[in-house]
Amino acid sequence: MAVKADNSGWRSWRRRLAEAVAGPMIFTGAVAAEVPSLFRRRGLRRREIFYYLDLCGVRSLPIVIMISLLMGLVVGYQAAVQMRKVGTEIFIVDLVGFSVLKEFGPLMVAVIATGRAGSAFAAEIGSMRADEQISALETLGIVPESYLVLPKLIAMLIAMPVLAVFADAAGIAGGMAVGVFELGLPFSACWGRLLEVLDCTTLLLGILKCVPFAVLITFAGCYCGFSTSGDALGVGRGATRAVVMSVFLVVVADAVITILYSFIGY
Amino acid sequence: MDAAAAIEVRNLTIGYGTEVVLEDLDFEVRQGEIFCIMGGSGCGKSTLLKHLIGLYAPLKGDIRLSGRSIVSADAAQRREIMRNFGVTYQGGALFSWMSVADNIAMPLREYTALGNREIAGVVRRKLELVDLADCGDRMPSELSGGMRKRAAVARAMALDPELLFFDEPSAGLDPITSAELDRLILSLREKYGATIVVVTHELDSVFTIADRVVMLDKATRSIAAVGDPRKLRTDCGVAWVRDFLNRDGMRREGVGVNE
Repeated sequence: MAVKADNSGWRSWRRRLAEAVAGPMIFTGAVAAEVPSLFRRRGLRRREIFYYLDLCGVRSLPIVIMISLLMGLVVGYQAAVQMRKVGTEIFIVDLVGFSVLKEFGPLMVAVIATGRAGSAFAAEIGSMRADEQISALETLGIVPESYLVLPKLIAMLIAMPVLAVFADAAGIAGGMAVGVFELGLPFSACWGRLLEVLDCTTLLLGILKCVPFAVLITFAGCYCGFSTSGDALGVGRGATRAVVMSVFLVVVADAVITILYSFIGY
Repeated sequence: MDAAAAIEVRNLTIGYGTEVVLEDLDFEVRQGEIFCIMGGSGCGKSTLLKHLIGLYAPLKGDIRLSGRSIVSADAAQRREIMRNFGVTYQGGALFSWMSVADNIAMPLREYTALGNREIAGVVRRKLELVDLADCGDRMPSELSGGMRKRAAVARAMALDPELLFFDEPSAGLDPITSAELDRLILSLREKYGATIVVVTHELDSVFTIADRVVMLDKATRSIAAVGDPRKLRTDCGVAWVRDFLNRDGMRREGVGVNE
């Protein structure tokens, strides 16, 4: 929009702040208002949901497993160095197990989802804006915010928790590999310790984190797509902004959730 | 109110933020006519179109489509009004993630209770209408520019609207394809009695299809003339409108106008 910019210090700063706060809120409201439409006939567009499940879920699986395995190895090695000093090598299982289930598993999934899905959402919606597909949706009487966001959101809400299970498994496998091959612990001892210290609640509470992460990454990606300037440059910039915004929001959310979990003694 | 008006524009001022692009526009499009919005580059033709179809809100004034104001309608009413017209965008704006057939089926799936087989039937008829009967399974990226626009016409026609808007239909097309599109526009009026609004600056196209035109003036930010282009060409009181329609000062060898 060719709004004449009033760049005189305080006022422009205040307006930019208002836009930065109001924009995402209006966007979120527009999407939320359309959630009931999912329950209409043909409201759940399965084909699109499957498309995004494939994009964000199936195709992300190899890289999620790879990164989580490496993350497990790294944490395992770091732990091994310290544990060896005090002769408590077996606790490497506790350390890797808890840090992967509670933090690294969901977080690695969020990082991959941001890079793969969040930026793709922004670029996709941005380029749709550039060639008037968004306008075309509007003049067909469709609310583009919900039409484009909800299938992605549903796919992400399904894909991310499932990916987190794989990430957890791979991460623990990485840590155990260090224990067995580097520290020479017997596999049976590691496995036994793992079953002893980890429980379902830990696993589920970790996976539960993926729900807010999925919401934040989808909204950040789509919002950045909708607010691009509608040219090639804008599309690229929107994708970049989506990644930065998502990573920031995910880390903030993770901090908040960790504090909340601490209240319930987790 | 004139009962025969498909579109009524009253006292309309449009622009972005505080910047006025066009002010105090007053004109109407009659039922069943082909009406062209013309003017030099940057005079606000496309901006005006986007206001007519309800994408932008005007700074002042009113736009009525078949008697219903799209300006004062709330979001739900506006969407309802929008379903009663079809728009063909400059590049076609086909949804890139769907096949051509799905593009046309989309509004039918959204708004009608038709079953899949009936929808397939409607889609086939619409594709035949625009001569793309074999292209239903193709993706938009596999079509040429002209085919994409024809497919977009088919999508705009999906719900059988009485009012159709075209944004620069001949932009980026060769003269033959562009002439085919003109014929298609004429046939849509003939077969369906549709009212058609076209944004264009192609004179050949205007003289072929238009019943009336509105000429927008960038300098005065208002309407320079409204009427039958054939009459305006000779009788208009504004000199540049006559020049524009006669292509004076830019006539090239062998590109005579409607000779």
